[in-house]
Amino acid sequence: MNQKKSFEHVVKMVDIEKYFGKIAALRGINLEVGANEVVGLIGDNGAGKSTLIKIITGVFPPSGGEMYIRDKKVDTNKYNVKKAHQLGIETVYQDKSLGEKQPLWRNFFIGRQIKNRLGFINVKKEKEIAHNIMMNVIGFRGAGITVDSTVSKLSGGERQGVSIGRAMYFDADLIILDEPTVALSLKEVQKVLDFVNKIKQSGRACIYISHMLSHVYMIADRFYILDRGKIITSIKKSQISLTELNDFLLKYANKK
Amino acid sequence: MLLQDTVSKIKKIESLPIILVYFIVMASFLFMAPRVFTGYRIYMSFLQTVPPMLVLALGLTLVITAGEIDLSFSAIIAFSGFVFCYFFRTFEAPWLAFIMALASGALVGCINGILIAKIGVPSIMATLAAQFFWNGVTILLSGGLSWNIKEIKEYSIHPFFVGRIGGILPIQSIWALLVAIFLWYILNRHVFGEHISFIGDNVDVARVMGVNVIATKIQLFTFMGMISSFAAVLLTLEMINFWTTQGAGFLLPVMAAVFIGGTSIAGGKGTIVGSFFGAYIVGSLEAGVVASGIGGYWTRLVTGFVMAISVILNTMLGTSKEKKVKEKIKDSVFLKGLKK
Repeated sequence: MNQKKSFEHVVKMVDIEKYFGKIAALRGINLEVGANEVVGLIGDNGAGKSTLIKIITGVFPPSGGEMYIRDKKVDTNKYNVKKAHQLGIETVYQDKSLGEKQPLWRNFFIGRQIKNRLGFINVKKEKEIAHNIMMNVIGFRGAGITVDSTVSKLSGGERQGVSIGRAMYFDADLIILDEPTVALSLKEVQKVLDFVNKIKQSGRACIYISHMLSHVYMIADRFYILDRGKIITSIKKSQISLTELNDFLLKYANKK
Repeated sequence: MLLQDTVSKIKKIESLPIILVYFIVMASFLFMAPRVFTGYRIYMSFLQTVPPMLVLALGLTLVITAGEIDLSFSAIIAFSGFVFCYFFRTFEAPWLAFIMALASGALVGCINGILIAKIGVPSIMATLAAQFFWNGVTILLSGGLSWNIKEIKEYSIHPFFVGRIGGILPIQSIWALLVAIFLWYILNRHVFGEHISFIGDNVDVARVMGVNVIATKIQLFTFMGMISSFAAVLLTLEMINFWTTQGAGFLLPVMAAVFIGGTSIAGGKGTIVGSFFGAYIVGSLEAGVVASGIGGYWTRLVTGFVMAISVILNTMLGTSKEKKVKEKIKDSVFLKGLKK
């Protein structure tokens, strides 16, 4: 399953900044994510994590700076969600990835439907592929869930599984997980962490955002620590233990 | 085993509860007024009067599925009806009049869409304003008069849209049925329908998954305007008359038809089949109640009662049973509109 990638960094940001009116949400962001690296993005509420992610995924453009995707510079003004999809960047937002009242198969293909020239959807084919992903990629078995089930019937962990499975099916190079374990039970958290390991094993990159430090530490290769719109530091997992990381953050929080 | 299979297949029929309500209503009319309801005439009169309302309900189903509301269609019924009559009387070209009527509806809808999607005016406010505005425009342009267009019976457009097949079956019912089939495919099998379902379900999901929310909403309201003007043409042709308040009675019955059909008031889930039967229920209640001899004063009461029963059945039997009613009210388009 492991694929060799033809590029070094899936994303590289140089001096990225973002202003909302006069308020600086991000300043001087330098960040890189290797082709098969799991990067943990840590920061308090309002540190700018979500803003950073929305720039990478093309929801809005940065106010300044340069961005490289798969080692190639992108024109940030022409960059958007569709472009990001084409370039292999997929995001799993905490509550914003799945339409709850819609059946699973529609959720797999929303925005990228298999359609004919008139825009009519090939329902049979979409259902077939969705079924295949559920069984083979995500590993849903039994439990009474089919591709026709609505998302509202799934548990929190299963929902993340669907989103991750969808991202892997569309051959993402980078999968971004935004607080995927918020409000999940311990068992569900473990499922999600297993999904993240599958991302790494399949040779893809991942940005994992969370303030559950222990979860991030378990799966990430490297951490970026973000505070009030700036990256304070980047640390490799091999350089620091979970307790040290925790102490570092506490000390930093107390200094403020 | 076979029985179970059949049961689960029956359960899968779209909008089963409302179809049942329809047949119960019809059966009770048949029981109470057998003389009227065993003849074909009453059904033909339903097929003549319901189609304009049905066409409106079908369009509104898509709008409500997208989590929006349109209150301006009753003004379009008047405005596009006027445009149709004006072009017919001025140029004696009924098909040009038809195209201009559709264009006028599309224009009103497009302006609604731009106000709502681009500028961010809540749809309940934008379309309420539009209702007053376009009603006002119609009154000004027509001088407040009603126009008779008897001559249109001489032209092919009249039998084409409101003729009688075999001298009995009102052809507008076939047109309405075609619109229903077309919109069922749009909502359930077309990218556009999937996009509006996701927009109504959770607009953030739609956006991050690459749906162009603004463009889709503008298209949706434009389409609603156009379909309202189609209903206007059906009505005006059937009545061979235009009058300035011809849309006035449509607003509440059409909304009732959509909601008793089972379309979610919170958006994200709409049913064309439900709205189809919903429109026929609402449209046959009045005549039915009068015919069954309990008296005209009872019609409103019975209508309200049947509506309540339909919605209760939809909540209990339908897919929405997991959702608490409280949440539904909290998420309703009306409150959302007010909060904005």
